[in-house]
Amino acid sequence: MTRDPRPDLSPRPGDETRKTTCYMCACRCGIDVHLKAGEVAYIEGNRDHPVNRGVLCAKGSAGIMQHTSPARLKGPLIRTGPRGTGEMREATWDEALGIVTERLGRLRHEAPEKLAFFTGRDQSQSFTGFWAQAFGTPNYAAHGGFCSVNMAAAGIYTMGGAFWEFGSPDWERTELFMLFGVAEDHDSNPIKMGLARLKERGARIIAVNPIRTGYNAIADDWVGVTPGTDGLLILSLVHCLMRAGRIDLDYLARWTNAPMLLDADAKSDNHGLILRDEAGRPLVMDRATGKAMPFDAPGVRPDLNGRLRRAGWTHRTVFHAMAERYLDPGYAPEAIGPRIGLPPARIHAIAAELAHAAFDKAFEVAQDWTDFRGERHETVTARPVSFHAMRGISAHSNGFQTARALHMLQILLGAVERPGGFRFKPPYPKPPEAHPRPHASAQPDRPLDGPHLGFPQGPADLLVDEAGRPLRIDKAFSWENPLSVHGLMHMVISNAHAGDPYPIDTLFLYMANMAWNSSMNTSGVMEMLADTDEDGAYRIPFVVVSDSYSSEMVAYADVVLPDTTYLERHDCISLLDRPISEPDAAADAIRWPVVTPKRPGHEGVRGFQSVLIDLGARLKLPGFVDDAGKPLYADYADYIQTHERRPGIGPLAGFRLGEDGLTDGRGAPNEAQLDSYIRAGGFRVFEVPEGARYMKPWNRAYQDWAVSMGFYDTPQPYLFQLYVEPLRRFQLAAEGRGPHRAPEHLRARMALTHDPLPIWYAPLEDGHADPVGYPLHALTQRPAAMYHSWGGQNAWLRQIHGDNPLFLPIPVWEDGGFAPGDWARVSSIHGEIAVPVAPMAALNPETVWTWNAIGKRRGAWALDPRAPEAVKGFLLNHLIHELLPPKGDGLRWANSDPITGQAAWFDLRVKVERVRRPAMSYPAPPAQRSPVGRAPKLLRRQTRAAASASAAADADADAEKDETP
Amino acid sequence: MTALPERTDRKLGLVIDLDTCVGCHACVIACKGWNTENYGAPLADADPYGASPEGAFLNRVHSYEVRPAGGDAAQIFHFPKSCLHCEDAPCVTVCPTGASYKRGEDGIVLVNEDACIGCGLCAWACPYGAREMDPAEKVMKKCTLCVDRIYNEHLPQEDRVPACVRTCPAGARHFGDLGDPDSAVSRLVVERGGIDLMPEQGTRPVNKYLPPRPRDEIDVLAPFLDPVDEAPGGFLGWLDRTLERMG
Repeated sequence: MTRDPRPDLSPRPGDETRKTTCYMCACRCGIDVHLKAGEVAYIEGNRDHPVNRGVLCAKGSAGIMQHTSPARLKGPLIRTGPRGTGEMREATWDEALGIVTERLGRLRHEAPEKLAFFTGRDQSQSFTGFWAQAFGTPNYAAHGGFCSVNMAAAGIYTMGGAFWEFGSPDWERTELFMLFGVAEDHDSNPIKMGLARLKERGARIIAVNPIRTGYNAIADDWVGVTPGTDGLLILSLVHCLMRAGRIDLDYLARWTNAPMLLDADAKSDNHGLILRDEAGRPLVMDRATGKAMPFDAPGVRPDLNGRLRRAGWTHRTVFHAMAERYLDPGYAPEAIGPRIGLPPARIHAIAAELAHAAFDKAFEVAQDWTDFRGERHETVTARPVSFHAMRGISAHSNGFQTARALHMLQILLGAVERPGGFRFKPPYPKPPEAHPRPHASAQPDRPLDGPHLGFPQGPADLLVDEAGRPLRIDKAFSWENPLSVHGLMHMVISNAHAGDPYPIDTLFLYMANMAWNSSMNTSGVMEMLADTDEDGAYRIPFVVVSDSYSSEMVAYADVVLPDTTYLERHDCISLLDRPISEPDAAADAIRWPVVTPKRPGHEGVRGFQSVLIDLGARLKLPGFVDDAGKPLYADYADYIQTHERRPGIGPLAGFRLGEDGLTDGRGAPNEAQLDSYIRAGGFRVFEVPEGARYMKPWNRAYQDWAVSMGFYDTPQPYLFQLYVEPLRRFQLAAEGRGPHRAPEHLRARMALTHDPLPIWYAPLEDGHADPVGYPLHALTQRPAAMYHSWGGQNAWLRQIHGDNPLFLPIPVWEDGGFAPGDWARVSSIHGEIAVPVAPMAALNPETVWTWNAIGKRRGAWALDPRAPEAVKGFLLNHLIHELLPPKGDGLRWANSDPITGQAAWFDLRVKVERVRRPAMSYPAPPAQRSPVGRAPKLLRRQTRAAASASAAADADADAEKDETP
Repeated sequence: MTALPERTDRKLGLVIDLDTCVGCHACVIACKGWNTENYGAPLADADPYGASPEGAFLNRVHSYEVRPAGGDAAQIFHFPKSCLHCEDAPCVTVCPTGASYKRGEDGIVLVNEDACIGCGLCAWACPYGAREMDPAEKVMKKCTLCVDRIYNEHLPQEDRVPACVRTCPAGARHFGDLGDPDSAVSRLVVERGGIDLMPEQGTRPVNKYLPPRPRDEIDVLAPFLDPVDEAPGGFLGWLDRTLERMG
């Protein structure tokens, strides 16, 4: 036997490691980027980072292929052919920015609202919003309206924070975890790490999802609920728990608005509003004195069973109203089970499990704390039951109320902000009142009168003119969608095309593929973008797009501003924006150019945020130039370090200048701040003090720490809103009462949907699509290895998810006579597609589904036109219209949640029929021209340093062989 | 033909937990990233942006749907698969050049690419399909158990584990000496009833799989929650009594 070869066991992973923040999805994990001679050699998770603690998902590790993708844009482009063809020529930055500056300058001077600036998976919204506000257009938002605004809005209005970025299950102490409507996404690594920890600890996991993949596949128990009915399941659980008295009365009385007094007289103009004293403070009945007192009076013991007759009107508590509603036998499992496809006994069993975990497994955790009423406590009660939910419940037209119902369930169990339950991540919790109200008053040459997005408290805060017409192009904050706190990006193109409520001039998009997977009615949107008026002019006159890749949207741009990748630019993951905190610590982070964008062929790309700084200076926007008109910021890095939103508060909270050196939270700008972040590993953690970690909304120590950090300027204690009074104000307007009157045609729907207590109503498409004609629900899910990357341009990831059959439940497969390799025509009330199908048993029997956004347009993303993404891949988007069908009243209704405007992707109903296999999936838009050329035929991914080292080793080996006799 | 060592000092390998694997493919790509840059020829991808991309991967995740008898809900399991570093590795004994070998010191099965003629016999002999021919170099590629990480003096001690283990977000992958009954991985195998993959093949794999815990054990006879009071209006009466008791 010969001696074993001796391979090199200690290759250097790189000659340098640079720590930055991933951007392959929205998790924002810390990454260690290993470099060899300036080239990326390997990317792995940063062990010190609070989000991922060293682990990294497939997308994160594949970032290297995103960076080196042949689909990357190389320089600015200007359209030469018709829109949509992709015929472009290269341009210099001066030419491209000159054209854009001239156009936008004119708009700002004449009518700033004619610019619609919408950003997609933007992680710099506090900056892009600031720019849009300085420009003066009311038409700005990011992608939340077509993503998960129902979740965010329901959480903020109910309890001052939602799931994911706002809070987290207590993975270390929860005994029972229930997951609603989450595929393999949001947030990706933390949920996987959390599930693993639960498994290690022997805690139990119940997954509610029509599809049993990913996280749902490893759950102990799977509840394959019918899409759109989660709210009924939750309200039935609420019924069981209330009926059995297995709810946390003390918690409800102290920390929620359950004891607040409602005007209970249907004849009163204030019917359903909360009784307040002259100073506007909500009143409760005090059990000790039997008198009405302000909710926050020292020593008050709010009575859940209080009643009060005042000024001739009867008042009773929110809790009374809840008991009246949810104890109704209509919510009993026996009534609900058959409607949602579950045996009643399973609902009873889950209710019993929840109660057992919350109350029988409760324990006390020592923590000395004082509440906002001044009462001191020595412990916090642990309620080891927690929940997480995401798009499965939010992407329905009843999603806001369903998410509200879930929060109500958490609160009834007393399992929010307590050990073992759901815990907020600073700067949350923060009630809606502590957020801005929305603004839309545009005037030539002036900044907007305030931030675009906010949280309305009632009809007075709507963005409508005197006739009730929307002020924004997406009709956000109008009577149609009053609480559209993230805007309605999915309505922008169709409204702009229709000139409803008014025409615009320029559509400016960043990181949003609206000509493909980010739009409903994709084929229709592509037509709208290319549509012309009788004079041959485009109906949407000018389109500017910033993207890093040759996407479908790029083909519809008049000017393309090529962005860098996330490895080449500065960014901040700011506490002013979407934070990356954990329950015991706030945190923020940066990106920085760990590789230089000046690599051959890509000298021409620039980070989008720096381009916006440049545009701001060219347009002489307030906040971007000084009094003499000179630029305030050299680039985005300069902005990150020196911009102050309020005195002492900037984009990054760490390493600010205090009186005695560096400080965190409030402090003066520090021009070496980014260097400090780089030395610290790219992020900064701000620990919540020991006594401030639980009961945050009511805990004086937390409130004081939050003020010291600059989250707000005074303590903001508040009560959870089981009853959301702003919704009642809209209902009153719909009833024709009070100072504001809802438009006649919206009244019935508003009265039904804007219920101040959580309700369930059927998804709106059910009112249009005949359940017999369209018997199946159709969903998409995000695959773990693709979510938010949609990586057709990523050679490694596309080998995992290169095509996407429509999965059919076994009865549908068998009844339809399908066989492997078959295709189907899938029809909705809006359209039809022809797609490949596959059978699946671990699926709700009334549901079909596919992976999201695998399909690509031919010619896009530098893929071969014969790539499976282009010939077999498909989008369900073609079947989903942004408007519901006409009802004969001359009006069209957005296919959105009527409260928040959340795109109702998952309301879709379809029928499925076997068809002969076509040449490619249908519809098949014509190929677009690739502005980046063709991709290579063979990849051997290695740094030049590694390749030359192995060549040298081979030469040595050959030399050794030659010497061998 | 190539001989196996009579015994190995250690039996380094992986323990893969099928109960927690969510099928996210993190391990697949971390492996691809490390190994295309390091040991041997880069892991090539043919037609990477085309109609039939075919790259060399050392680790893949397969998903299987199981339909239990008796009509219980169907289940999905994710099954990561790479070389199992068998004690009786047929891929080694079949190798005509000695390129495939099993290391005496730790039991890792490797391919010496300089000696590999790309005949493919080893891939044919492996019952697990754990070897892949590199589409560019035409040498056989396989899991090295990151032999260039686990002893790597340039890595901090905590990182001296295979790339797949370091990255796994679900904690489903464990690395250690399965020849040492006191090692953490050996204890895990005992505790969780770890199994050999296809033991009937007689390959004596070093890697072990931890079976999924039972799912859907729903107790249909579980007691319902008792109502506080069935009488009309009884709930508010109970509420008052309870609040009184709470003081």
